[in-house]
Amino acid sequence: MQDNDPPLMRVVNLTHMYGDRIGCRDVSFDLYPGEVLAVVGESGSGKTTLLNCVSGRQQCSAGTISYRMRDRRLQDLNAMSEAERRFLMRTDWGFVHQNPADGLRMNVSAGANVGERLMAVGQRHYGRIRETADDWLGRVEIGHDRIDDRPGTFSGGMRQRLQIARNLVTGPRLVFMDEPTGGLDVSVQARLLDLLRGLVDDLGLSAIVVTHDLAVARLLSQRMMVMKDGQVIETGLTDRVLDDPQAPYTQLLVSSILQV
Amino acid sequence: MNSLDAGREQVIATYNFAYLDEQTKRMIRRAILKSIAVPGYQVPFASREMPMPYGWGTGGVQVTAAIIGPDDRLKVIDQGADDTTNAISIRKFFERTTGVETTTLTADASIIQTRHRIPETPLTAGQILVFQVPIPEPLRFLEPRETETRTMHALEEYGVMHVKLYEDIARHGHIATTYAYPVKVEGRYVTDPSPTPKFDNPKMHRNPALQLFGAGREMRIYAIPPWTEVVSLDFEDHPFEVQAFERPCALCGADDVFLDEVITDDRGGRMFVCSDTDHCNTRQAEGHAGEQEA
Repeated sequence: MQDNDPPLMRVVNLTHMYGDRIGCRDVSFDLYPGEVLAVVGESGSGKTTLLNCVSGRQQCSAGTISYRMRDRRLQDLNAMSEAERRFLMRTDWGFVHQNPADGLRMNVSAGANVGERLMAVGQRHYGRIRETADDWLGRVEIGHDRIDDRPGTFSGGMRQRLQIARNLVTGPRLVFMDEPTGGLDVSVQARLLDLLRGLVDDLGLSAIVVTHDLAVARLLSQRMMVMKDGQVIETGLTDRVLDDPQAPYTQLLVSSILQV
Repeated sequence: MNSLDAGREQVIATYNFAYLDEQTKRMIRRAILKSIAVPGYQVPFASREMPMPYGWGTGGVQVTAAIIGPDDRLKVIDQGADDTTNAISIRKFFERTTGVETTTLTADASIIQTRHRIPETPLTAGQILVFQVPIPEPLRFLEPRETETRTMHALEEYGVMHVKLYEDIARHGHIATTYAYPVKVEGRYVTDPSPTPKFDNPKMHRNPALQLFGAGREMRIYAIPPWTEVVSLDFEDHPFEVQAFERPCALCGADDVFLDEVITDDRGGRMFVCSDTDHCNTRQAEGHAGEQEA
């Protein structure tokens, strides 16, 4: 990244404690516009805690998270009012849950799911909302005839794609993803990753992707952080970390991938 | 103790005027005053057990009991009618516990307790309309968590309300919500007008009467003060519309009122009559007649 390209998000010494137990400790990183950062590590290493803290869904115990607003001002998330934070979350940010049911409204149609964010920011023209929803369903490869079907009638892969469309419809600049391909079979995973990679490239999105799947990190991200016991033990360009792991734990992680 | 009672004998010696004790009435009045100060906002109150089941208007009865005085004249309607079980039992309740005069004429009443209708006769300044509300939270079926709905109200996050209307149009081709149609009060709070037909929504807008809403089981009171802006939510390309009826009232011939369908036999016979019985009777007395009476 160039020096004159300021970071989109800056996290300094982020710590979150669950009582006496460590969620994550002293995590610092900069995320640059258009960059995809993968956070990898085993279960319980603090990946999801980190993601919840930086996405404002959870209050961190210590440390600062600053985000560059559209007016290029760097603003401290904890200093924002709840109203501002929630507005940011539904316009400039997206959050893709591992389980699509957590991120979707299961009792309304696919079109309404995609249109919800548009209506939340004040669009009041049914025809235009539906047109935009239809366009986005096409972009995530969901048939146009499914626009009035509920997500309950969709397969796991379709639900995940619907969740992605729902998040991207307001043109966010930063998307958080928590195990976006978890629970999908490999061929569906491959298609979803293809789609995500295309969307990230086309839209110039920045993303923080939490995953335990190193292949996902390899395909999607430029940079990665390896976490263990709540701390970052290695960070660097994804290809470098995967091809030449330095920390013993990372070496173990990389060598644990099954070869077919 | 009771200023309203001064110089007036108790109707039933063992009960306080209007059933509730004075401390309870003060508490309810406080909630009412707050609700008037913040139009459309649901004010929590310590709802009491009333001698009737939830769903029969315990909220409305408590609001009426808190505001009624010896000089008031009360009208009670249930789905527009003065002569159904719910209306009669509540009217008798107040006759026994307050001794106030009751009436069925909309124009004569100072307080009108209603279940799911606004009278057809236009209300005037000084009148109070008390609604019985089963579920005061318009966001309830979209967001089950009370903590979340309160935050949504506080931050004016009402996008999800339109999701419901979107869903209606997607499925039925038009906004199919016909009752409890959400409104925005004074440009701020999205409010449930109680399960009144949406036919009555325009009557709430800039109404000269005070409109109070009591939800007993849910323990909420809210209000639409006189002359308040009440706008029904809609889309630019699917504007809000009220129901239209194909024929006029069979008894009085009125064509600008809300009609009930009445099944008259078991061979498919039916008639459409005014839901507001007082309005219908008044019109018939004035010589108007529909096809059944002609």
